[in-house]
Amino acid sequence: MNDSPISSSGNGSGAPSRGNVRPADHVVAMPPSGIRRFFDVASQMEGVISLGVGEPDFATPWTIRESAIWAIERGITNYTSNHGMLELRNAITRQIAKRDGVNYDPKTECLITVGVSEGLDLALRAILNPGAGEEVLIPEPCYVSYAPNAGLAGGVPVPVPTRPKNGFHVTVEELRARVTPRSRALLINYPNNPTGASLTGTELREIAAFAEEYDLIVLSDEIYSRLNYEHEHVTFPSLPGMWDRTILLNGFSKAYAMTGWRIAYACGPEPLISAMVKIHQYTMLCAPILSQYAAYEAVQRGDQEADRMVESYNQRRRLIVNGFNRIGLPCHLPEGAFYTFPSIRHTGLTSEEFCERLLFEEKVAVAPGNAFGASGEGHIRASYAASLDAIEEALSRIERFLARLKAPSETVSVSA
Amino acid sequence: MNPPLVTTSGAKTFMMHENPPPQRMRTFLPPLPSPPPREPNPLKEPYPLMDEILRLLEQDARITVERMAALTQYTEDEIREMIADAERRGVIRRYKTVVDWNRLQDSRVMAFIDVEVTPARGVGFDDVAERLHRFPEVRSLYLVSGEYDLRLIVEGASLQEVASFVSEKLATVDRVRATATHFLLKRYKEDGVSFAEFTEGKRLVVSP
Repeated sequence: MNDSPISSSGNGSGAPSRGNVRPADHVVAMPPSGIRRFFDVASQMEGVISLGVGEPDFATPWTIRESAIWAIERGITNYTSNHGMLELRNAITRQIAKRDGVNYDPKTECLITVGVSEGLDLALRAILNPGAGEEVLIPEPCYVSYAPNAGLAGGVPVPVPTRPKNGFHVTVEELRARVTPRSRALLINYPNNPTGASLTGTELREIAAFAEEYDLIVLSDEIYSRLNYEHEHVTFPSLPGMWDRTILLNGFSKAYAMTGWRIAYACGPEPLISAMVKIHQYTMLCAPILSQYAAYEAVQRGDQEADRMVESYNQRRRLIVNGFNRIGLPCHLPEGAFYTFPSIRHTGLTSEEFCERLLFEEKVAVAPGNAFGASGEGHIRASYAASLDAIEEALSRIERFLARLKAPSETVSVSA
Repeated sequence: MNPPLVTTSGAKTFMMHENPPPQRMRTFLPPLPSPPPREPNPLKEPYPLMDEILRLLEQDARITVERMAALTQYTEDEIREMIADAERRGVIRRYKTVVDWNRLQDSRVMAFIDVEVTPARGVGFDDVAERLHRFPEVRSLYLVSGEYDLRLIVEGASLQEVASFVSEKLATVDRVRATATHFLLKRYKEDGVSFAEFTEGKRLVVSP
C-alpha cells in the first residue's frame, strides 16, 4: 500500500476534462507546494507542537494595530495611488537612507506591494521576456515560491545548490557553474528561509562582482534583514555598482510581526519600478489602505517592539541550536531569520519520511527540507518562532523519536 | 485623493508631508556613489551587556542561571557574577511575584491615594515621605507632578482598614493639607502582566 496520508493529495488530475473548460496545461503541471500537504494533515490533529510555521509567534505590536483601527473608525477605506501612499513611501525611503545609506526617490523608485510575494512576482514579470528561455539563477534551498514564480513569469528557474559545509552560503563558484548566456537575473534571499544563512559583506561583494561580470539584474529579497544576529545586515543595493541593477524587496511581515497584513515594498531604478507599477496597476491596483496605515505606524513607532522581538528570537535561536546538536541532529548556526535547518541524513530517512513519521508518532510539525529545493533533502526546517516551552517540549519529543529510530529494530505489531 | 494621515494621539491632526524627506531626490541616471559596506558590529547584540539578563529576570524572577546561559551569549559564571554585581549595586532590588489575589476570593482592598503636602525649606517633601513610607500599609510611594504631590498605593484587609488609615494616620501627618482616595475596582494589567483574558489570533500549523 502506498497511500500515505500525506503524499497522496489529489491535484485535480482525476477531474474529467470537458473540452474547453479546463485549466492551462502549465498550471496543471505545476507541483503543489510540499508544505501545503503537511499543513492539511497537521491542522487536523490535536496536540500538535508546531515548529513548521514561517511567521512570528507574536501578534502585531498594539500601536500598529491601534492605528489601523483608528483608520477604520474614520472611514479611511478608499484606494490609494498605484504606487502606495506617498507618506508611507517617504517614510520607507527615509528609513532605508538612514539605516543603509541608500537613496531612493519616494516618488518614482519605490512601490508598495501586497507582501514581498507580490513584489517578487511583479519584478520577475517586469524583467523577463516570456517564452524567450531567459534564466533566473535561484540559490537553493529557498522560499517555496521562487521557482514557480519565475516559471509563471515565462522564465526558466535555474536552481543553484548551496552546501551544508558552507553553512548554506551561496558561492560564486556554484553560480559560475550555472550561469549561461541566457541568464537574466539572480534572485537572492538573505537571511534565508529556510536555512537561516545570512551573507556577509565580503561574500556579497563577490556576488556583486559576479552580477556585474554577467550583467545580471539582482532581485534581493531581504524580508528578514532585521533578524540578523551575527553581523550587521548589508543591503544589496549598497554594494559598489549594484544600485543600478538591483530590485530591493523588503516588507513588514517578519520584523514587525505583520504577516497577515500583506504589506511590503520594492525599491529600484525608475525604469524597473515603473514597469512593475504598470503590472501592479492592472492586477492589484494598490495595496490595502489599512495595511498601509499600519505600515506607516510601524516605521514611525514600531522599532522598540521590533528590537524586543529580535532579542527574543535570538534567545530561542541559541536554545534550539544547542538543543538539536545535543540530541544528535547536527545543526549549523543560522545567522538570521527564525529557522534552523538541521541534518537528518544519518537517520537514513528522507526529509519527507522523517517529517511524516515525526508528525504521526510524536505530533511535532516541522517542514521537510526538500520542499525548499533539491539541495534541502536530508534536512528539516524547524522554526523557532515559538514559545520557549514549545521549543523545549518539541526537542524532547524529537529526542524520543530519534531514540526509537536508533533502537534495534523491534518487532512492530500494529493493531488495527 | 488620499485623506491625510493623522497621528493617533489625541485629536490633533497633521499632514505627514509637512516635513519633506531629507534625502536627495534623484532621477534615474547617473547612479549615486555607493557607500562603503558597513563593518560587522562587534557587540552583536541590539542591547548592551547586562540589560538582557535583567529583562529576563524581570519577566520571570525564577528563571535559572542555566536557562539564561542557554538563551544568551553569556556563560553561567558570567551571569552569576553579573547578578551578584547588580544586587550589590542595588540595580536589582528584590525578586517579586505578581499575584492575582482576587482569584482566591481574597477580600483585601487597594487604594490609590493622592496627597497634597506643604513642602518645607531644606527638606521639600522628603521628611513627610519618610514618615509615610514606614507604614506597612503603604506599598508604593511616589512624588509626582500635577495637582497633588505624593501618590501612595495602600493595601488593607478591608475598606474600613484603609479608611481608618487615611483619616487617622495619613491626614493627621504634619503639613498634609489634603488627600484624595481612589479605591481599586478592577485590575486589568499590573507590572506588565495582563489580568484579563483577552483572545489573540491563532497561526496556521504549517506555513511557508
